[in-house]
Amino acid sequence: MDIVSLSRLQFALTSMFHFIFVPLTLGLSILVAIFETAYAVKGEDRYLRMTKFWGKLFLINFALGVVTGITMEFQFGMNWAEYSKYVGDIFGAPLAIEATVAFFLESTFIGLWIFTWKKVSKKLHALFIWFVALGTNLSALWILLANAWMQKPVGYILKNGRAEMVDFKALVFNPYGWLKFLHTNSSGWVIASFFVMGISAYHIMKKSELEFFKTSFKFAAIFGLISSIFVVVIGDSNGREVAKYQPTKFAAMESIWETQKGAPFDLIKIPSANEEKNSVEAIKIPKMVSILATHDPNAEVKGLKDFPKEDRPPVLPTFISFRLMVGLGFLFILQSIIAVYLVFKNKLDNNNLFLRIMLYSIPLPYIAAQLGWIVAEVGRQPWIVYGLMRTKDAVSKSVSTEQVFISLILFTLLYGLLGIVDIYLLYKFGKEGPLPEISKAQ
Amino acid sequence: MAYQIIWFILWGVLWAVYFMLDGFDLGVGTLMNFVGKTDGEKRQIINTIGPVWDGNEVWLITAGGATFAAFPTTYAYMFSFLYSALLIILFSLIFRGVAFEFRGKVDNPNWKKFWDISIFFGSAVPALLFGVAFGNIFKGLNIDSQGYHGNLLSLLNPYSLLTGLLFVSLFIVHGALYLSLKTDKDVKERAANFAKKAFYLLLIVAVLFLIFTPFSTKLFDNFIKFKPLFLLIFALVASLLLIQFFLIKKREGMAFIFSSLTIILTVFTGIAGLYPNLIPSSVDPDYSLTIFNSSSSEYTLKIMAIVALIFVPIVIAYQIWVYRVLKGKVTEEEVVNDVHSY
Ligand code: HDD
Ligand code: HEM
Ligand code: HEM
Repeated sequence: MDIVSLSRLQFALTSMFHFIFVPLTLGLSILVAIFETAYAVKGEDRYLRMTKFWGKLFLINFALGVVTGITMEFQFGMNWAEYSKYVGDIFGAPLAIEATVAFFLESTFIGLWIFTWKKVSKKLHALFIWFVALGTNLSALWILLANAWMQKPVGYILKNGRAEMVDFKALVFNPYGWLKFLHTNSSGWVIASFFVMGISAYHIMKKSELEFFKTSFKFAAIFGLISSIFVVVIGDSNGREVAKYQPTKFAAMESIWETQKGAPFDLIKIPSANEEKNSVEAIKIPKMVSILATHDPNAEVKGLKDFPKEDRPPVLPTFISFRLMVGLGFLFILQSIIAVYLVFKNKLDNNNLFLRIMLYSIPLPYIAAQLGWIVAEVGRQPWIVYGLMRTKDAVSKSVSTEQVFISLILFTLLYGLLGIVDIYLLYKFGKEGPLPEISKAQ
Repeated sequence: MAYQIIWFILWGVLWAVYFMLDGFDLGVGTLMNFVGKTDGEKRQIINTIGPVWDGNEVWLITAGGATFAAFPTTYAYMFSFLYSALLIILFSLIFRGVAFEFRGKVDNPNWKKFWDISIFFGSAVPALLFGVAFGNIFKGLNIDSQGYHGNLLSLLNPYSLLTGLLFVSLFIVHGALYLSLKTDKDVKERAANFAKKAFYLLLIVAVLFLIFTPFSTKLFDNFIKFKPLFLLIFALVASLLLIQFFLIKKREGMAFIFSSLTIILTVFTGIAGLYPNLIPSSVDPDYSLTIFNSSSSEYTLKIMAIVALIFVPIVIAYQIWVYRVLKGKVTEEEVVNDVHSY
């Protein structure tokens, strides 16, 4: 493999690994903050125990989010030096701002939160975790604005042999970035809701700590329903934004080869990139793709054949990932509706089938989010900055293929190890359940 | 004043604050296994830095991010030239970060031993390699018209290793002082004694460093051009000696203030000597990366300066507040009886 492929593989590996922990942090920080607020307001021991139990799982996950994040920050310079040089004038800004306004907030207050249970008042302590939730969700905003700039570059001119920033406001208010922010963060909230529902379901089936886990399940079900609807609604706007600014990605997402007006949606479709067509197309919904692209049933949708081959992304992974993500999105809404219904009808405890489904559904939102990134990133290829710079021109020149090869292997081994330890610890503590009557144990 | 110069100063400040803060927790991590004898003592030690190490490490992330935003070409070259060294730093920091969180989670001596070792290497190796990296920057890298020539071994030259040793011994003294302030009983005694002994190592290394610097680097050229800069070095030497002075008087708080100051002055001495270079070329100054030929556009520098001048003081304010909320000693009983501590 050449250095470009190796560097891409390494970036994909490390960022997707980072994104296993990130979204749970985004959502669970909010849920834990809600639990602790309930405790601060009502003073009931139950909420304190919920805060501590879910807080412990949160912290295990958080540690991995932090350490894998440092890799991300270093990598732009290490592996993508030409990229960093060419766009650093504008791309470096959101990264630096992310650290200054968001990482400090979360990392400082998480430390405070862990260590001041007995030092400060209940209310102040609850405020700390809200700061953590704010910090994590804010950090996502800035990194996503950076990523959105790679998808839809704005506020720059080409000068002195590089892209230079001329309009900071355009960067900050890039609608592409805000949609990305809402979509990605709410995907994290879905992940956290399903995580809490899944673990609670396990304990409800086992009839251990019933009250505790039914309450946890209830909070998560409501949060999950809201977020899973939100994710889909915003996803639809994301799609239109993509259709507008990245026609090649949109065509790959829907596997459309010929430009057409009023393009239909085929429920079943198998792309065949070599023949530049779909080998199977079945169950048509007329005009649906045009509606998805612009909300206008007769709009023209560009097909891949309209673009030179060297400008097209890999169709199959983009298409399949998109289909699966969307399918899962609707499934999550369905599951959340059933969950909320059962909770409010008080029929949860004896519905073992549904509880089991929820337990095994824990990985699904994670998968949906990873697929989302594949759509966004693979679909953007061959560009690293859409329409501006190609991925193959972005890689570091002074780094050798061997160096990247070795680092890729080391990352794989290290991350594999960390992944195993993380799953083991989450499993151990998730299964163990909350500590008995914390107020006395202290 | 040109924005490049403002950013150069800010760049120095970010590194100085980073080394001052993470310096003590890297030092504590290096010392932990030597000062803490029992599991309880080790936990006590970890918990002195538990609440703050991540907040300290973000100064590194910010220094990196600021380099990216203000001097993108330097960021690109620094990180890709030093690829292997940074990779090792990265892996060390990863092991260290998870070690704090994971160590106490399973009650098994081998599990704990594994993470104890991780904490040692995860702390000592970055301290050494940051020193090595800066040593190489002080010396200049082998950059010519073809780009950079070098590898991990060529980075490990004697002068840079000396700089690495300087960082390690500074952080050990700094960390031991922090530990003696935040702990009680035996651990406190041992930490204070450790600091006193480690100080002599630091003194020797620092003297060697000052002797070899004019031969190995061009750092002192700026000082000779602009004599008042020598005050920096006098202040540095004075501050260094005051550490031991206060230690002997058993005033660890003052000693810690002077170890902090020593770190800051060390960074500023280096930075003052570098100006206007960020990465000098050891071959020909024409190929050096300076704050002028590697910076962002004036517009970006201005925007980022505004962001930094608003938010960095806010960060400093709440971090100081946090240290005050957390003030007081961390005792072994408290740690062992608290289910939330590491
Ligand atoms: C700030 C920018 C940024 C952000 C926030 C992300 N990525 Fe990305 N991604 C890139 C910037 C980028 C890149 C630098 O542009 C890469 C590296 C090589 C490339 O082609 O694009 C890339 C490649 C890349 C690839 C490989 C694409 C290919 O080589 O065909 C995948 C699967 C992902 N990323 C996935 C992710 C995930 C899961 C992320 C969540 C954390 C993520 N990206 C965040
Ligand atoms: C390639 C781009 C990315 C870079 C350079 C990056 C960088 C980092 C760094 C340095 C940290 C550690 C902060 C600390 O020490 O406290 C971190 C953590 C974090 N990042 Fe990323 N990150 C990237 C992608 C993302 C994305 C896409 C998101 C969210 C949508 C995200 C959200 C977070 C969150 C929430 C944390 C907090 C810690 C945790 O995950 O548990 N990051 N990131
Ligand atoms: C019907 C439902 C959905 C639609 C229409 C949709 C649409 C989209 C689109 C168009 C993109 C690409 C944006 C780009 O290329 O810039 C995307 C990305 C993404 N999706 Fe979805 N999505 C849906 C459901 C979901 C679900 C359920 C999740 C996770 C739980 C999810 C997580 C993500 C993530 C993490 C990304 C990458 C970040 C981004 O580009 O915003 N999506 N989605």
